[in-house]
Amino acid sequence: MKSSVITFPGSNCDRDMHIALKKFGFKNKMVWHADADLPKSDLVVLPGGFSYGDYLRCGSMASKSKIMQSVINFANSGGMVMGICNGFQILVETGLVPGVLLRNKYLEFICKNVFVKINDKKNKYFKNVNNEVLEFHIAHNEGNYFCTNDQLKEIEDNNQIAIYYCDEKGTIEDQFNPNGSIKNIAGIFNKEKNVLGMMPHPERMIDTSLSGEDGSLFFKNLINNLK
Amino acid sequence: MKISVIITLKKDVLDPQGKVIHQTLDGMGFDDINEVRQGKYFEIDTNETDKKKAKAKVEEMCKKLLTNLVIENYKIIDLK
Repeated sequence: MKSSVITFPGSNCDRDMHIALKKFGFKNKMVWHADADLPKSDLVVLPGGFSYGDYLRCGSMASKSKIMQSVINFANSGGMVMGICNGFQILVETGLVPGVLLRNKYLEFICKNVFVKINDKKNKYFKNVNNEVLEFHIAHNEGNYFCTNDQLKEIEDNNQIAIYYCDEKGTIEDQFNPNGSIKNIAGIFNKEKNVLGMMPHPERMIDTSLSGEDGSLFFKNLINNLK
Repeated sequence: MKISVIITLKKDVLDPQGKVIHQTLDGMGFDDINEVRQGKYFEIDTNETDKKKAKAKVEEMCKKLLTNLVIENYKIIDLK
């Protein structure tokens, strides 16, 4: 399986993602944002970080960079595109997934482990994951998911919510919502579910000497689903 | 030609920064404020001399980059 991680100026989780993808069997290539062509890929990842210093709006500049037109074409032709954290912010700015990510409700940069509940398994990202709840890491200032009422109705009708913030038992309540996101939304799909944007970082949960292993679960499963 | 653009958050969008500014102003004694909303201001200097064309171009910039229309409105306020 081939993957590509796009590096924007200011990306800082690109190498972590590279290590995670390689660890679970992907042949990964790092792709510079100013390149026009995407290498042949089964999965494209937009990594976390602070692309373009978060100027204007997080992800807004990166969404207009040269490589993104190829990424958008790839996604529109059914290719798997995953945006993590700043990558999620870039995805919403391209319009590939609906909504926006606002400043966290309590104006704090949040850096901690969270539990997320998988809402939908009829997709290549979460199919065959045995767990209902996963422990991932979040580190962001603008992760407060927001969309209009019409958009919310549409994403609920199409079952586009990927994961919710919850407690370790999977209870989805306001007190387990770290950043004020509508309905505790931590990640969403596009309509076709080949594009996933999420704030939590699975690539930070792949090494028992540093963290839990729910990221390993996620990546092992992902590569099997893509085979 | 110089063009100014103001970008504001839409009415229903939470503005935590505006809220904190409001609270701070309130604490400073400016206690008759109903609400503070924070926005953005741009000055764009272009070589375009035709007012109509310049405005149309800035409008396109607003739609494509300067604003996110899910949460923000734009207003082109000044052409000089």
